[in-house]
Amino acid sequence: MFAEHLQPNLSPDTVEKSPTRNGYGDGLLEAGKRDENVVALCCDLTDSTRTNKFAEEFPKRFVQVGVAEQNLASVGSGMAALGKVPFIASYAMFSPGRNWEQIRTTIAYNDSNVKIVGAHAGVSVGPDGATHQAIEDIAIMRALPNMMVIAPADEHEARKATLAAAKYAGPVYFRLGRSATPIVTTPDTPFEIGKAEVMFTRDESLEKKVGIVSTGSLLFNALMAAEALQKKGIGASVLHMATIKPLDEEALLSFAQEHDALVTVEEHQVAGGLGGAVSEYLSGVHPIKISRVGVQDQFGQSGEPDELVEHYGMGIESITQAGEKVVQ
Amino acid sequence: MQYLTSQEVKDLELKANEIRQSIIEMLSEAGSGHTAGPLGMADVLTLLYFGILKHDPQNPDWEERDRLVLSNGHICPVLYATLAHAGYFSVDELLTLRKFGSRLQGHPHRQSLPGLETSSGPLGSGLSQAVGMALAERMNNPYSAKFMYCLTGDGELQEGQIWEAAFLAGKEQLNNLIVIVDRNGIQIDGYTKDVMPMEPLAEKFEAFNFDVQEVDGHNMRALNDAIGKAQAVYSQPSVIIAHTIASKGVDVFERDFRWHGNPPGKGPEDRVAKDKQAEVALQKLRTLAGTINTHDV
Repeated sequence: MFAEHLQPNLSPDTVEKSPTRNGYGDGLLEAGKRDENVVALCCDLTDSTRTNKFAEEFPKRFVQVGVAEQNLASVGSGMAALGKVPFIASYAMFSPGRNWEQIRTTIAYNDSNVKIVGAHAGVSVGPDGATHQAIEDIAIMRALPNMMVIAPADEHEARKATLAAAKYAGPVYFRLGRSATPIVTTPDTPFEIGKAEVMFTRDESLEKKVGIVSTGSLLFNALMAAEALQKKGIGASVLHMATIKPLDEEALLSFAQEHDALVTVEEHQVAGGLGGAVSEYLSGVHPIKISRVGVQDQFGQSGEPDELVEHYGMGIESITQAGEKVVQ
Repeated sequence: MQYLTSQEVKDLELKANEIRQSIIEMLSEAGSGHTAGPLGMADVLTLLYFGILKHDPQNPDWEERDRLVLSNGHICPVLYATLAHAGYFSVDELLTLRKFGSRLQGHPHRQSLPGLETSSGPLGSGLSQAVGMALAERMNNPYSAKFMYCLTGDGELQEGQIWEAAFLAGKEQLNNLIVIVDRNGIQIDGYTKDVMPMEPLAEKFEAFNFDVQEVDGHNMRALNDAIGKAQAVYSQPSVIIAHTIASKGVDVFERDFRWHGNPPGKGPEDRVAKDKQAEVALQKLRTLAGTINTHDV
């Protein structure tokens, strides 16, 4: 059963779509209106990262850094040292891809109040191809002490996460997508950083029980797979973890205890991302069979977003199959 | 601009000498660390903390302080020693450098020690941070009298990020940014002219819209004048290329790139045996390289 605060009648044919970066753009503008210390920096991708709304409203609080992501990260750190709340935006492949060491030393090690916005994450970047499809970013950011990692499910959640991050004092990494992805939540769906939400509850009359743990915009596919599994007679639930670090261990443990096996779902390499985080934690407290849906140690390629998500095994059908197999 | 009296110059030189002695003692005790850069920059750091910076050792987080970003974090012994002599913490604590549990990490960690504006070590990112501080300060207060100082090495200028930051500083006309380059001509693998020639350096910064001065990095009065002029520059960031002598003050270590990354006790042996290096260095400093004849040092 779908959680009550989601969009009504979710189905692949009728669901409305919008890129998560749109929610970031709206959230950033709103955060800027609420707090004059919020500033935005961008590397020649102002429209594409949706930093443009903020830049137009607050031109004096916007810094165009040019194509220079290493500088972006450390300038952000310097501004935070003087009390600003910098949102630094580029494509995830370049920030945190190219400038990881600058992020580590000048933001994470300094515990600097910088928000790192990695747009165009995942294979759903589409036609630009593998060079622009960041599918390792969760792994490299999750490994950094002090760093919070968030992958919002849709534009509403991206907006809420942006506002929440602006209030939180410390480094945050957001992962955003390029393509229009299903709008699953509503402006009223609860969101709290660090808190996982059950988005689909299994039919308790069904004997087999699979728990799907998702992050980012694949939440929709996870929900559709849960519905399909239940039609096949397997009880399925979905726990959405927008915040990958810190992991909501309490929610994850009780979710694992209520199911026979888990499937993790992310648009990322299966190594080091959500599946890695879930496996690492549960292996110590509640060993359970876990099937990790994601990119299987490969690079992406050009194509349409949906066909790439399907091709790399993250479509509804693939998640459903993983669910069936893991509780066999 | 404040002019320095002869007495002030003499006091600063004596203070720099004390700081150099601390550097030798702390490196020798640590058994690892960098010698050439810290000794070479002792005059610049002394002038900054005892003559230029608006700061308060009793209140390190004072909002109105100038900021000093040490981009070449490996020369931190000179920063630590200067901060201690300025009163941020006790001079005794300098001997904990690089030891387990010490606030004086091998490379600076902002959260560990009062007086540090950032963590550094990986080269090239300090200038960007100083640019960020300068931008933020201008947003906070367009009439601010604060200056953001950034110290860099010369080998460090081989990092691409330096020039990314220079682009932005020039574009934004950050006249509250003053960069001081330690032009000692050495880096770990050799002389900069052999590892990666960087001349003409002044012209490079000029091309990025910096006001450029070149100065003797051991002449207090010349340094003071250069910083004063840099503060008065209108609508441009400033760079002062401070020509320094690696390991300045200990003549038997001077100008030798092999002292870049070694402490006394582990440096090249052709002039002074390893087990005598710290002792000889301290004696050289205490007698001003033999110009003072004293038997009890």
